[in-house]
Amino acid sequence: MDKFIYLDNAATTNVAPEVLDKMIPWFVTNYGNPSSIYSVGRTAKKAVENSRRQVAEAINAKTNEIYFTGSGSEADNWAIKGCVQANSEKGKHIITSNIEHHAVLDTCKYLEKHGYEVTYVQVEENGIISSEKVLAEVREDTVLVSVMMANNEIGTIQPIKEIAAGLKEKKIIFHTDAVQAIGAIPVDVNDLGVDLLSLTAHKFHGPKGTGVLYIKRGIKIDNLLHGGGQERTRRASTENTAGIVGLGAAIEKAVNEMPVVTKKISNIRDIAVNRILEEIPHTIYNGDIEKRLPGNSNFAFRFIEGEGLLLMLDMFGIMGSSGSACTSGSLDPSHVLLAIGLPHEIAHGSLRLSFGIDSKLEDIDYIVETINKVVTRLREMSPLYEDYLKNNPTEV
Amino acid sequence: MYSDKVMDHFSNPRNVGEVEGANAVGQVGNAKCGDIMKIFMKIEDDIITEIKFKTFGCGAAIATSSMATELVKGKHIDEALDLTNKAVAEALGGLPAVKMHCSVLAEEAIKEAICNYLREKGVDIKTYHKCDNCCRG
Repeated sequence: MDKFIYLDNAATTNVAPEVLDKMIPWFVTNYGNPSSIYSVGRTAKKAVENSRRQVAEAINAKTNEIYFTGSGSEADNWAIKGCVQANSEKGKHIITSNIEHHAVLDTCKYLEKHGYEVTYVQVEENGIISSEKVLAEVREDTVLVSVMMANNEIGTIQPIKEIAAGLKEKKIIFHTDAVQAIGAIPVDVNDLGVDLLSLTAHKFHGPKGTGVLYIKRGIKIDNLLHGGGQERTRRASTENTAGIVGLGAAIEKAVNEMPVVTKKISNIRDIAVNRILEEIPHTIYNGDIEKRLPGNSNFAFRFIEGEGLLLMLDMFGIMGSSGSACTSGSLDPSHVLLAIGLPHEIAHGSLRLSFGIDSKLEDIDYIVETINKVVTRLREMSPLYEDYLKNNPTEV
Repeated sequence: MYSDKVMDHFSNPRNVGEVEGANAVGQVGNAKCGDIMKIFMKIEDDIITEIKFKTFGCGAAIATSSMATELVKGKHIDEALDLTNKAVAEALGGLPAVKMHCSVLAEEAIKEAICNYLREKGVDIKTYHKCDNCCRG
């Protein structure tokens, strides 16, 4: 009985069985192109439109403000590139934060090479972006502000409503990447006051490869993909009918079940977090404790490195993620952990455990004990821990 | 992404710890970059009779430390100075390209320990026949 404890729900989730059931006919039986006029095409078109309605209802938008994309990254790219290009007569200044997902950050860096100017607002130490600091950066030539709704690494929830209210007076377009937020916290585009919002199905038990960009009516935006006339001529590509159906079913389920599910998840998360912090010394908890997604937890275990930690946890059937350089594929550890002020050597020892619908209360003992065992083992191997003990001889 | 040998040496690293009464210690890397290797040896009559390591770093860093200590254990220091990072990587069944620097650190840590031993012995490292540019600083 090998353990399989998946604690990386912020990376992706499994497709809910009832969601998969709804998707299958659109691969096999009703496989027609939604743009075709014969019956299997028309049925597919209806299914796509039904899904559009489900998404619109879930985020309190109008159906004609919902555009299906191939991913959350595509939605972010489209929102930013499309918006600044369509509104370039106003100026070429963009404001974002330094803890955004790379889909936003790297898009901004790309635009910097093409004549745009980007201000990266520095996050506070608790992982929350100050709305005042964002609004203070607004200039005459600011075209777009993009701030994520909740951070993917440390789960901190950002003051989107406050930023939107401040920008509204100045008539600046506001995009939020809500990829981590859907199904975790309420997302109501009208209440938030955002103009553009990205989301993706695989974060809430829908399929990978399907996303949405919400575009408020009246917002000027250029196309990212050119070609056919799909998505009311705004996004070329034959519709991924099965994926879109899955996204619709998944978002409806996620939003309906949110109050109950998130309570259960945050309860398990809180117990696990408290025990880890109590039982494993030299552990830092990253990000605000309160303003945080229900499933997210993020630790830094001093004196050890995250990749070794992940590999060893995996041997015991526990799957998490880390912001260490070795797992990011670059020489620097996570930009988010550095942004909240963690020194490099501590950021290397980070572990994100993102709990989900399948997380079980009865697994907490095993999770905490295993992490404790693995951290202890890696510390015993670590020359940094040896140095620490030599300098602090009173500790065991 | 790791070979079975790397996973074996990572999950059951050989020669972890400190050698009591070590007369050759070398440390390379830095915490900021996420890798530190420290090698402890006991060298008698220029033979490495005991060797252990402590490493802060990723899976490959631990595995290369483990393999490097295995490769030079019981060897004459001249032989150990011939150790290359490639030999360490090959003995592990290869390393991903982004992890080759771990094997370089392992080679450097072994050499650093031996060079410190030679320095301690009063050997002029610059003229030591085996030590052509092997000792830094």
